[in-house]
Amino acid sequence: MQRIGVFVCWCGTNIAGTVDVVKVAEALRTEPGVVFSDNYQYMCSQAGQDMIKDAIKEHNLTGIVVCSCSPRMHEATFRKTAAAAGLNPYMVEIANIREQCSWIHKDMPTGTEKAIILGKAAVAKVNLNTPLTPGQTPVTKRALVIGGGIAGIQTALDIADAGFPVDIVEKLPTIGGKMAQLDKTFPTLDCAACILTPKMVDAGQNENIRIFSYSEVEEVGGFVGNFSVKIRKKARYVKEDICTGCGLCTEKCPQKKVPNEFNLGMDNRRAVYIPFAQAVPKVATIDPNYCTMLKTGKCGVCAKVCTAGAIDYKQKDEIIEEKYGAIVAATGYNPISMNKFDEFAYSQSKDVITSLEFERLTNAAGPTAGKLLRPSDGKHPHTIVFVQCVGSRCSHDASKGKEYCSKICCMYTAKHAMLVRDKYPDTEVYVFYIDVRTPGKAFDEFYRRAVEEYGVHYIKGMVGKVTPEGDKLKVLASDLLADKQLKIDADLVVLAAAIEPDKSARPLATMLTASMDTNDFFTEAHPKLRPVESPTAGVFLSGTCQGPKDIPETVSQASAAAAKVIGLLCKDKLTGNPCVASSNELMCNGCSSCEKVCPYGAITYEDKEFRMPDRTTKLRRVAKVNEAVCQGCGCCTVACPSGAMDLKGFANEQIMAEVDAICK
Amino acid sequence: MQTVTRDLLLQKACELLDAGTVNRVYGWQKGQFDYDVTPAVFSSREELEKDFVYNDFCGANFSKYLIKETAGEGKILVFLKPCDTYSFNQLLTEHRFDREKVYAVGIPCDGMADIRLIEEEVGEGVTGVETDGDKLIVHTLYDGDVKLNRADYLAERCRVCKSKKHVAYDELLGEDGDVVDSARFDEVAKLEAMTPDERFAFWQNELSRCIRCNACRDVCPACTCEKCVFGNPKSGVENKAVSDSFEEKMFHIIRAFHVAGRCTDCGECSRVCPQHIPLHLLNRKFIKDIDAFYGEYQAGAEVGSRAPLVDYTEGDMEPGEAVASVDERGGKDA
Repeated sequence: MQRIGVFVCWCGTNIAGTVDVVKVAEALRTEPGVVFSDNYQYMCSQAGQDMIKDAIKEHNLTGIVVCSCSPRMHEATFRKTAAAAGLNPYMVEIANIREQCSWIHKDMPTGTEKAIILGKAAVAKVNLNTPLTPGQTPVTKRALVIGGGIAGIQTALDIADAGFPVDIVEKLPTIGGKMAQLDKTFPTLDCAACILTPKMVDAGQNENIRIFSYSEVEEVGGFVGNFSVKIRKKARYVKEDICTGCGLCTEKCPQKKVPNEFNLGMDNRRAVYIPFAQAVPKVATIDPNYCTMLKTGKCGVCAKVCTAGAIDYKQKDEIIEEKYGAIVAATGYNPISMNKFDEFAYSQSKDVITSLEFERLTNAAGPTAGKLLRPSDGKHPHTIVFVQCVGSRCSHDASKGKEYCSKICCMYTAKHAMLVRDKYPDTEVYVFYIDVRTPGKAFDEFYRRAVEEYGVHYIKGMVGKVTPEGDKLKVLASDLLADKQLKIDADLVVLAAAIEPDKSARPLATMLTASMDTNDFFTEAHPKLRPVESPTAGVFLSGTCQGPKDIPETVSQASAAAAKVIGLLCKDKLTGNPCVASSNELMCNGCSSCEKVCPYGAITYEDKEFRMPDRTTKLRRVAKVNEAVCQGCGCCTVACPSGAMDLKGFANEQIMAEVDAICK
Repeated sequence: MQTVTRDLLLQKACELLDAGTVNRVYGWQKGQFDYDVTPAVFSSREELEKDFVYNDFCGANFSKYLIKETAGEGKILVFLKPCDTYSFNQLLTEHRFDREKVYAVGIPCDGMADIRLIEEEVGEGVTGVETDGDKLIVHTLYDGDVKLNRADYLAERCRVCKSKKHVAYDELLGEDGDVVDSARFDEVAKLEAMTPDERFAFWQNELSRCIRCNACRDVCPACTCEKCVFGNPKSGVENKAVSDSFEEKMFHIIRAFHVAGRCTDCGECSRVCPQHIPLHLLNRKFIKDIDAFYGEYQAGAEVGSRAPLVDYTEGDMEPGEAVASVDERGGKDA
């Protein structure tokens, strides 16, 4: 028989305002197993905790019930209190009489009655509690960062600086991500490449960082501290360790008509290519979809000109298997497809472009060497219309665009408008907006400069239709403040396309068993208090894979994720949660139902010998729970047809006892 | 009349025994009467020739017996009718026996007769039944021989047969058939059309006859727990005698929930029930609902398939939709 102590908290007037705490303590005193019951103003205060400790010692308590706030608040506090008094921390139960009782009831009698019932349920459960001891697992001191954009690079650099080895897996031939494609960055207008490339070089040279470029994560197993990951290193048909990055092959390759994805298809590259001058690793890659040698077996020019002998047409994909203690998702974003926005004539005119294409058009390393020229005829545009929120804040039609705000468009559009007016003062620039959102350090000042110093025409209203006519783009729009229709003959229309998570994020989330929201952004463990952790232990989030972000925010989050990873890798052992599933082998019939529903892959099977009543032995297949992987979700306990699976600390029997106590 | 004859099966069994492919044969053995057929293990040609039978009363589904029999040495031959093969696969999905230790011979089935229907027609004192083409010749103590139309005296599960196709076998005797578009949910629809009070009365009437003999559980190929909850002294429901009508209903409802998603609708529960309770209707209601909620699913059609109840797909019905459709599925308040 347990010796249970009950402690009823007032929480000032939070609880005591609608619950008669004295009555609750009295009512619970006569429950089975209860030997002590009292109330106090703030149980979580030092004095309250001391009261619990003293009672445990004085009355030789074997279990305690604290009637207080939600266990999410102070369960950990009271477990520590119990442990300090020599009681197993898992002999503590919390009856939530605040969030689930006093805060939702208005009158004292109802609140008190319910508080007593909740207390009885907790007492019934403690009567069946058993002391639990968490297990410990070692930590592999190596981190994996998936995605080599600015987020992934920053996270990797910070982890590497703390002395832990990090691997970056990047699906493209170089790291750098979207930031490498940008021209200038707001609000300071420094060149993106100038601030990014030093970090890329850092990452490339850091002895703690390995970069797997042109690679993808193929399989993730294991659990926090002990992930095992398979990485597919795609064949680039160039020996990475031999290639010097001289670029001779990329000049001599006769296949010249390959759309250059780095410039968003606005110019061409060769079949063998280095994405851009500062690529890391600076190694050529052969595009198997265009290479004549790989497709027909005839050509071989690159192999002939390569002085290092790095070309290898027979190269195969390579699978690398590595163990990691922590994984960071930094898969980034892409602008959404403009297919559904034909009112802006994106598919009809080359002079309707997205903002990212605009970045390339103004970039010195872009297709026009930095001169702002129309893609259709190479002429200088004199009237430019920027359209904001193309596909963002599209709550009226979620099938067309995104309901969320893409967050970065207001600022980069202000930047584009300002840069155009700065370089080409003869250009008229119009910006159509729903709202201009500029919260951020020095952001609003930046936008005001565009309007006030640079004379950009900001017009509240949306563009209804863009029609190509001759070499002009007829823009039909409404000016909501002046309440009139506008017709503008534009030379260039720039669409601020909404951003969405990279397509690789969803399959990755499945591999990581990390959760996602309906927009395929990774969800954080807590939107305010744990913003860089995924709910899956050991998986962290960096950058836009978690939500739209600009560069400063991305970098802050990247470093925050790194700090969390470092905190994890510093530990030699991880203490698990002892409230995990366990299988009663005598009842288990090995049917695999539990394995099928387990979201964490924590269940395996083994053939085990059992002694039968007639002294023979029988080999039976039974379930085995990997306690380090199990997160205690309880799916298996429900799926088990035999009732062999149970959750420690939340056993079926305990829950039934609670229900019985409530229904009595 | 069955397309395959006893002699053909006997010949196949002897051949496989002689060749050493198997060392035992799972077959049917005559009981006191022709229609009183029980499953049996034969280990020699002599035993087979003496006792092996195959007639219109060989309804027993052997799949479940394999759990015990495969524990022995060597391979065992088992004859499987199309509906039996679904249970066979379902048990393999649940890793309940070693496939390597079984040699499965698929046999076509032309439906099995139900002795209860015959007895209802001719009264007591049936001493034997012979099949002659599409007629049954019933030998009786009091009325001599009575001739009946075979088709009218088939078991309910055979009249609404769901499949003539074997989904598992090592060897097939005769021709394989197809999955049948059966009317098996018609009886369930009738129950759904009742008001809750009528339905309650219907089940109360049926289940009140239950004597808790546990035959339905013992024969059910989905009931293969190492330790049954109804055999657990802690459950409070392990006794055979029921103390109130609630308890006897709970036994069957819990059992139906327990096998939901795994039941292949083989109908053995109703065949063995000595009290003639149409237990399969409970399971069939679950199957009908699961089909409606998650798309058609036949347990046992494929080894390793994931039953909708232990699977999640994006097309799954939302709980709210299920609740909203409760009226058309027989939940309407009176």
